[in-house]
Amino acid sequence: MYPARFEYYRANTLQEAIHLLQQHSGAKLLAGGHSLIPIMKLRLAQPPVLIDIGRISELSGVMKTDGRLRIGSLTTHAMLAASEAVKKHCPILAEAAGQIADPAVRNKGTIGGNLAHADPGSDLPAVTLALDGVIHITGRDGDRQVNASDFFLDLLTTDLKPEEVLTAVELPALEERTGSCYLKFEHPASGYAVCGAAAIVALGGDESCERAGLCFNGVTATPYRASAVTEALAGQNLEDATIDQAVTEHLSIDDPMGDTYASGPYRVELAKVYSKRALKTARDRARS
Amino acid sequence: MARVFGSSIKRREDPSLITGAGQYTDDLKLPNMAYAAIVRSPHAHARIRSIDTSKATALDGVTAVFTGEDIKKSGTPGVVPVGWLLPDMKIPPHPVLASETVRYVGDAVAVVLAEDRYRAQDAVDLVEVDYDPLAVVTNPAKTVEEGAPQLHAEAANNIAFDWELGDKTKTDEAFPKAAHVLKVNIRNNRLIPQAIEPRAALASYDDSKGQLTVWMTSQNPHIHRLLMSLASLGLPEHKIRVIAPEVGGGFGSKIHHYPDEVIACWCSMQLHRPVKWTATRTEANLTDTHGRDHVTEAEMALDENGRILGLRVKTYANMGAYLSTFGPLVPTYLHGTLLSGEYDIPAIYCNVIGTFTNTTPVDTVRGAGRPEATFIIERLMDLAAEELGLDPVEIRRRNFISPDAFPYQTQVALQYDSGNYGPALDRALEMVNYKNLRAEQERRRGEGGKLLGVGLSTYIEACGLAPSAVVGSLGAQAGQWESGEVRVHPTGTVTVYTGSSAHGQGHHTTFAQIVADRLGIDADNVEVIHGDTDQVPFGWGTYGSRSAAVGGSAIAVSADKVIEKGRQIAAHLLEASEEDVVFEEGKFFVRGAPDKSQTLNDIALQAHLAHNLPPGVEPGLSATSFYDPANFTFPFGTHIAVLEVDPETGEVKLLRYVAVDDVGNVINPMIVDGQIHGGIAHGIAQALWEEAIYDGNGQLLTGELLDYAVPKPHMLVSFELDRTVTPCPHNPLGVKGVGETGTIASPAAVVNAVVDALKSYGIKHLDMPLTPEKIWRAIHQSGRS
Repeated sequence: MYPARFEYYRANTLQEAIHLLQQHSGAKLLAGGHSLIPIMKLRLAQPPVLIDIGRISELSGVMKTDGRLRIGSLTTHAMLAASEAVKKHCPILAEAAGQIADPAVRNKGTIGGNLAHADPGSDLPAVTLALDGVIHITGRDGDRQVNASDFFLDLLTTDLKPEEVLTAVELPALEERTGSCYLKFEHPASGYAVCGAAAIVALGGDESCERAGLCFNGVTATPYRASAVTEALAGQNLEDATIDQAVTEHLSIDDPMGDTYASGPYRVELAKVYSKRALKTARDRARS
Repeated sequence: MARVFGSSIKRREDPSLITGAGQYTDDLKLPNMAYAAIVRSPHAHARIRSIDTSKATALDGVTAVFTGEDIKKSGTPGVVPVGWLLPDMKIPPHPVLASETVRYVGDAVAVVLAEDRYRAQDAVDLVEVDYDPLAVVTNPAKTVEEGAPQLHAEAANNIAFDWELGDKTKTDEAFPKAAHVLKVNIRNNRLIPQAIEPRAALASYDDSKGQLTVWMTSQNPHIHRLLMSLASLGLPEHKIRVIAPEVGGGFGSKIHHYPDEVIACWCSMQLHRPVKWTATRTEANLTDTHGRDHVTEAEMALDENGRILGLRVKTYANMGAYLSTFGPLVPTYLHGTLLSGEYDIPAIYCNVIGTFTNTTPVDTVRGAGRPEATFIIERLMDLAAEELGLDPVEIRRRNFISPDAFPYQTQVALQYDSGNYGPALDRALEMVNYKNLRAEQERRRGEGGKLLGVGLSTYIEACGLAPSAVVGSLGAQAGQWESGEVRVHPTGTVTVYTGSSAHGQGHHTTFAQIVADRLGIDADNVEVIHGDTDQVPFGWGTYGSRSAAVGGSAIAVSADKVIEKGRQIAAHLLEASEEDVVFEEGKFFVRGAPDKSQTLNDIALQAHLAHNLPPGVEPGLSATSFYDPANFTFPFGTHIAVLEVDPETGEVKLLRYVAVDDVGNVINPMIVDGQIHGGIAHGIAQALWEEAIYDGNGQLLTGELLDYAVPKPHMLVSFELDRTVTPCPHNPLGVKGVGETGTIASPAAVVNAVVDALKSYGIKHLDMPLTPEKIWRAIHQSGRS
């Protein structure tokens, strides 16, 4: 549990971080450290250089502008769970952040680190995807934005380049008559999601489903979007039976992950049960 | 005056421990100290072709790299022994550094010494070991099959011992005439102890004096000193001092004598400088002895009224790659002897085959053998209840040993000294409101949705190890008495020296309560010293729920001896005869004349001044006792788990957990409750979450806390506790053990509750841990989902 030798630099500004990244090939960014440091201690990762961005204040905090939330990448899970703006406009993000690991992890771990690490059992990727979030990235050549749907490429792999910094996540503020729910089956040891279902339901004036979102953590290598289910729900009156039927008929996941604790087929079954429950809760919340 | 014995005074050890002031082994630093890191086999079974240490040795900051060959050349024995001998047991040698064959992932092959622990770890990665991998076996039953890879030349078919207990003929005869025979196959899951502090040793060899001092994570420093001297290092015992500073939990794993601590000592002897080794969590999980891992077939015969006629148990017990210190004891005398449970069973036969596999050595983990036995019998009782159409409560009542049958001689060696099982069961049923629960369960079964399960475990434990002559006759290479010295200082304050060696149990508090109560002084005036072979006369240590019953009794006897000496002096000073002097609340006085008294303080001062002592009385006021118990102690009780199973996902949610335990007299109710809480949590975790899983190559798949699930508060419920009190009849305190009751009782209660919830699917048994997927699959395979 002792990491290999590495150099440590602290960046005080975003520009400094980008400069340091260019100077040191193979460098890794250190934010909350709750994913990186454990794998360094196991020597599964041996980055020669760490660039600590944890104190860059411009990257932390939640801002609401024009119907959107802009969440700095260093905003901790605890801050997300407690933020009035997040609870009001993106309650599913607060709900998910509050379920991550334990208080110590939530107090240090950040949304940017969580998304950039892209652990399939993390709680925030599916939520960000369900919300159609936009990832803000800064590199040597300036800023760029990537839709969440294009960000997660594979297991522990994202569109983020080695010399770039994930700076913020932009999420739409949920509107009136929109309900959401993050329902998680957690691993008893790690606390990671064996299956985390993120459901969003927007109701129209006639109580029918105007729009729905349904994504999963933990089931596949990257967060899984169950488009067929939500398409089947669009325009429907969301009775329990309608939701059950849509999930039963339209949720099929071909390439689930499995391990000694939970096999692939079992995770798919969990996704079915949890999506029904999460969609119903989201619907109830939209109605109230 | 309220008695301090029996009161919930706060744990005196806590202020230093919870403010971080406690000094654990790894906190200690000595000048010129080198750090050791151990090179471990990544293979579960392989021949070592060669070891090349040159790159590691050449690394800047590395002091030395040693292999098993270096130990051989030094002339040091360099082996760890086994401390419990069974008839015809095969004992393969266990070198502290393997030089020919490695037999489990984690087996030590070399040691690196460096100026800091980071450099030591870097050098570990540079030691090149050329392995020739061999076939691997991990299952304790399959390892005896023909064609299985052989671990040791000494042990044909990988069998370490083939042990039996009870009357086979009588038991076999019980089955053909039985109205009902129930059978269950059980895989008792392998556990990793997970003490929060990993094992560590700081060894300092003083060449000029030939003296070795070793600070280490030990539950029993004198045993470690004895085995270091006798078997491992060849140093005379009086030249070794073992100190256990604060020890952060053990759960049985720190009883044993491991290679790593020997290696640290040997390295210090070579380098003539202090050497520290501290296990990483990964190393702890790979090398701390694991627990359980039984493959069992059990059968119970009953008559038409549900009275048990016979019990037959055959178990393959995994010993791992080598015999650990008390490994052979656990599945035999701590398991077979408990198979009678709380029941009057006329015939029992138990056969245990201890086997070698390419896994970490297996030894005690909290409960040690007794949870396995309790699980067998309590599962069979539920199966029998279902077969006979009886309530699980009723079948237990029909078979309880009657309260007037004590002392009760079981068919498996133990003689229960006392017990009264009905009241604990009654109280637990009342607390949980059993009738209402069963009605609620019926109601829910009609509704669909979450399934309610209620599970009982009416358990017995044998602890407080134990009469030395008895354990000696059963194979122990250790005594099981305990020492306790009570030393009264001239000012009347007291220091207690105990051979029990606390590692979280609260001895500083409870042992002070014992002495304060007897001497009639404030507990704050009593200090408790333990865990140092140079301070404590001798000690067999803390395990097997023996500290209060054996260590505490030794202290009580010494306190009584102090009072008797004090009475002699007081009588002399009061000019009265000894028979007329009474001692109450810390004062000696002539019966009927309390106004003229001598306090213990007065007597202590006079005893030390020695200006006016009675003829023939030596100065000083202290006493030492070596207390050897007359029997085990037998805690018992009833635990009831109430839980919900989600039939769609197989998830289990605990709703309530009621435990009524009889641990005899209680020294400190808060500490006893805390021990029971911890034990229950540990046992629930075995039932639902914990499992060390090896793959076919002998790789430990759940070797990190990311995969191995220890219980966390939000996974549990608030336990509801009560007690009955049946004092132990044979020790001066009337106490029994408490540290393991929860771990022994709760796995069966939880599994019985889950199986109860799944009754409508026709599911009879599921092996622990009851993971949601396992339950979900069982539901789907039942054909009734």
